[in-house]
Amino acid sequence: MSETSTPTTRNESEKPTIIEIRNFDFAYGDSQALFDINMDIKEKEVTAFIGPSGCGKSTFLRCFNRMNDLIDIAKIKGGEIKISDVNIYDKDVDVIELRKHVGMVFQKSNPFPKSIYDNIAYGLRIQGVKKKSALDEVVEECLRGAALWDEVKDRLNESALGMSGGQQQRLCIARALAVKPKILLMDEPCSALDPIATAKVEELIHQLKKEYTIVIVTHNMQQAARVSDKTAFFYIGKLIEFSKTDDIFMNPKDPQTEAYISGRFG
Amino acid sequence: MSAKKATHAFSKRPSRQKSFETFIAGFYRVATYLVIIAAGYIFINIAWNGSKAVFTTKAPFINIAFLTQKPQTLHVYEPKEIYNELKSINAQIVSTKAKSKALGSGEKEQIAMFKADVEALEERYEMLDEERKEGRLMYSDSEYRKLDESPSEELYAYNNYAYSGGGIGPAIVGTCLLVAGSIAIALTLGVLCAVYLSEYSRPGRMLQAIRLSIMNLSGVPSIVFGLFGFGMFVLFFGWGVSMIAGWFTLAIMALPVIITASEESMRAIPKGFREGSLALGASKWTSIRTNVLPYALPGILTSSIMGIARVAGETAPIMFTAAFALRDQLPWEGLKEPTDFFFQGVMALPYHIYVVSAKIPQNEYTRNMQYGAAFVFLFIVGFFALSSIVLRVKIRKKYKW
Repeated sequence: MSETSTPTTRNESEKPTIIEIRNFDFAYGDSQALFDINMDIKEKEVTAFIGPSGCGKSTFLRCFNRMNDLIDIAKIKGGEIKISDVNIYDKDVDVIELRKHVGMVFQKSNPFPKSIYDNIAYGLRIQGVKKKSALDEVVEECLRGAALWDEVKDRLNESALGMSGGQQQRLCIARALAVKPKILLMDEPCSALDPIATAKVEELIHQLKKEYTIVIVTHNMQQAARVSDKTAFFYIGKLIEFSKTDDIFMNPKDPQTEAYISGRFG
Repeated sequence: MSAKKATHAFSKRPSRQKSFETFIAGFYRVATYLVIIAAGYIFINIAWNGSKAVFTTKAPFINIAFLTQKPQTLHVYEPKEIYNELKSINAQIVSTKAKSKALGSGEKEQIAMFKADVEALEERYEMLDEERKEGRLMYSDSEYRKLDESPSEELYAYNNYAYSGGGIGPAIVGTCLLVAGSIAIALTLGVLCAVYLSEYSRPGRMLQAIRLSIMNLSGVPSIVFGLFGFGMFVLFFGWGVSMIAGWFTLAIMALPVIITASEESMRAIPKGFREGSLALGASKWTSIRTNVLPYALPGILTSSIMGIARVAGETAPIMFTAAFALRDQLPWEGLKEPTDFFFQGVMALPYHIYVVSAKIPQNEYTRNMQYGAAFVFLFIVGFFALSSIVLRVKIRKKYKW
């Protein structure tokens, strides 16, 4: 996978911005978690967030589909996040529509205790799609999209919990694809996986990049280097450095970034 | 200290702590066995005595009359000769005992003589009693009315005993109706409340206060619930002593258990399921409906049905609200309008047991009714408990994580 660590830079300037973050401040109760973050995330690129534990990168990711709404004390202090030029924290934004647009894959793979088929079909069923043929089509499409079809096509009606950890995580990705999002958020998707399963997920990320904008949080710097086009380094709630992955890893501008990626802390 | 006996590093050495531990373990074991013995005694006693009323020696081996008929007055004809002799023997025993008591402690010979007399009389009494039991004629009310002519008064002594004949049919039906209705009401209210508390409400002082008061509610004595139901449903709402008043009273009494259990089952569902479905664009309610409630259902059902079964055994809450001591008609008989079904009082097993045990004169015939009713009641409660377990196992198999 070494050839993929060099992101395609030639048409980078042509890619439009899909997520635009301006002066974003975020707090849990009285303790501020994110300070004044500015960032442009380009369409159909992989953007990686790295940083030590507790630096706010997961919190930041969960702001993109307003998952933080579930936490009572979470509060936006200032600034805005625009997705496709719409401020997603506007009052007239329907969170449900937003989440259909911005899919998410969690750190701990969380397939529902249902069959593989039902897991994929879930996103459509809750939208009221009942037609078997339509569901069949989407299930196959998504499983193929997540490179899982050949492994599970004979046991679609078996419980998703009988799959291996890596398969479960790819199932969660497939499930997220079923609602046809534009953006896919991944919160440390490989942290519980072995190297082979991780390689498969990374491979999948490369394929998905053609159609989806992907934002991935990772603890693993090699992974960031392997899969991402851009990398953002966070430290104690602040965005320290954000640029092309090559630049960050080859010649970081900030001394803190350099210290982190060279393994001196974190 | 015992180093001389130790042959290797891990050989056993006695110590005070070890013997103390053995003692403690034995103590726990004894306590457990005591509980098991007590429970076993109660169950076996009720089952043994109750089975006499419920089962028969002839096919079909189940006393269908007892399970289906209404409680009736029992008309008993006993052979007059034996009846009179028994009476006189009884009188003799009493007088002999009185005489023996009047004697001073010095006259040991006399006392011993009286004692022998009493023993002889008692032996004779028992023998005659067996004969009486064989020779007697017993009719329940309905049978009695069908008789062409009653047995001759010259040969037979006649007595009647209320509530001692017939069966407990209406009480069984009434109890089942009460349980079913209160399950429906309590589950609906309880689950709605639990969903709100565990999924929607914001944590804080208010929520803690609500939880605390719900828990306190489970400590309220059942008679208080009964009086509350009487005041609220029977008098204030004007429902009268009726099934629906009993449903609501029982349901309110079972609510604390159901709410607490349901809330706990729901909070035991991993957060990932909720987040997973929300992230797929499910609304909050959709996420709860599809990804929380189904998985919490086994826990909710089990504890709820157990809670209801326990509450259904209470006499106090239905005493003023729903139960009749005696009702001739079954609940679906003689209804003028369909709504009357809800506004009629019913017989119920726990109250019936109370009536036949405490409200009527005791005699040898009521005993059968008491144990029979208790046995059937235990059986019904056991059936509910068992069905809840079966239900849980079945649903648990469907959703496993």
